[in-house]
Amino acid sequence: MIRGFIAAFGLVLLWQGFVWLTDVPPFLLPAPSRVALALADRWDSILHHALITGTEILLGLALGSLLGITTALVLVAWREGRRWLLPLLLMSQAIPVFAIAPLLTLWLGFGIASKVAMATMIIFFPVATAFYDGLRRTEPGMLDLAATMGAGRLATLWRVRVPAALPALASGLRVAAAVAPIGAVVGEWVGASAGLGYLMLHANGRSQTDVMFAALFVLMLMALTLWFATDWLLRRAIPWQPDSLLTEKVTT
Amino acid sequence: MLALPIPGFRIALPRGLSLGGQAVLGALDLHVPGGRTTVLLGPSGSGKSTLLRLVAGLLPVPEGGSVQAEDHAPLAGRVAYMAQQDLLAPWRDVLGNITLGAHLRGQAPDLPRARAMLAEVGLATGDQQKRPAQLSGGMRQRVALARTLMEDRPLVLMDEPFSAVDAPTRHRMQSLSARLLAGRTVLLVTHDPLEALRLADQIFVLTGAPAVPVAVPVPAGVPPRPAGDPALLAAQAALLERLAEAVA
Repeated sequence: MIRGFIAAFGLVLLWQGFVWLTDVPPFLLPAPSRVALALADRWDSILHHALITGTEILLGLALGSLLGITTALVLVAWREGRRWLLPLLLMSQAIPVFAIAPLLTLWLGFGIASKVAMATMIIFFPVATAFYDGLRRTEPGMLDLAATMGAGRLATLWRVRVPAALPALASGLRVAAAVAPIGAVVGEWVGASAGLGYLMLHANGRSQTDVMFAALFVLMLMALTLWFATDWLLRRAIPWQPDSLLTEKVTT
Repeated sequence: MLALPIPGFRIALPRGLSLGGQAVLGALDLHVPGGRTTVLLGPSGSGKSTLLRLVAGLLPVPEGGSVQAEDHAPLAGRVAYMAQQDLLAPWRDVLGNITLGAHLRGQAPDLPRARAMLAEVGLATGDQQKRPAQLSGGMRQRVALARTLMEDRPLVLMDEPFSAVDAPTRHRMQSLSARLLAGRTVLLVTHDPLEALRLADQIFVLTGAPAVPVAVPVPAGVPPRPAGDPALLAAQAALLERLAEAVA
């Protein structure tokens, strides 16, 4: 964690040094100090847009996860439906979200709905596939044991397969938390009247590159916070799962 | 502990058993007497686990064959199964794993009995809230044994239950399970001649391809027999030779 901060700080120093040495015009690449000034100067408007983008991300994450979890459960529990749903699932991902972003804006308007829909679509797939995969890979011995103990199909699903698949679901949710901001920002780029994506596009059009960088910085902070919060929550909720990406376990 | 007399059962496969077109077991008629421990000994891939899964109801009985209890009541619901892996649920603590059966059947767990089982297999009271990941291999196997006992079934099927733990632990677990399972109908599958000779009232070696069970003599004495008994060690050497031939 501390190493991560040092690495980021080093990069900012390099950036500042590069701008000093090359004297590149600020509309091409503003120095970090200039970005910090823009951030301080425009914080109220940036905060306003950040809150909107944050709402879109969180709503998309909630809806996408819910949809993904439901889909995985339906796929596992309903054998006949699998043949119908699996191709649909793949098709939904074969269409690039970027390509249908304008359509979603057309149908759902310039407001928050089209962005939430976009984020939901991006989040749904990793959650559904990771959970479905986990549900299918229950230790066969565990299923044998459940069968000899007289567990019904539903009890086996809820009390063996679902808990056994929770670590897999957690990996899916981590990926979802990482890609969630993409959906929202793409949506804002295609057509919006608010949000960090809109602010960036707007600033770019007026050569306010420093404001654009400031918005980008806030977006990055939001994405990082979201990822770490998700990771922390998941580890609290599923304490038996393997450790997270950042804490490598020392094996003896 | 068990009021009714413990029935034995009979596995009859007049046409053997094939899995995926491959003959696994030859024609056999195996009687597993009630209240005794029967051991099926055989090298890996000899079909002994298949036979066990058949009794457990995990495999369909092939046409013409039958698995029948001596009292003619169905076997389903009267069988406890213990596998090579401990199969502990990592999301449940020790007590939760011991009471897994009740949990899966939607019944209220009998916690006082679960705690008694925990003590019976030699685990401390402080262990009951631990998760499986915090336990050693031997302790995990003890929890698995407690879970098997908790089911309180007259028939117990064990598939190489102690092969994943180290030799001293295995030795202790064999003595423990022989003591705790005494009086039940036990069908144990193993590739370890010493284990078979220590625990069995009768031993069958799976020989040939497709394999058929062949009875071999069992040393005198009541299980668990001491591992140092010269007669047992001599029998072990003879059985090893026999198994080696069966593989070749």
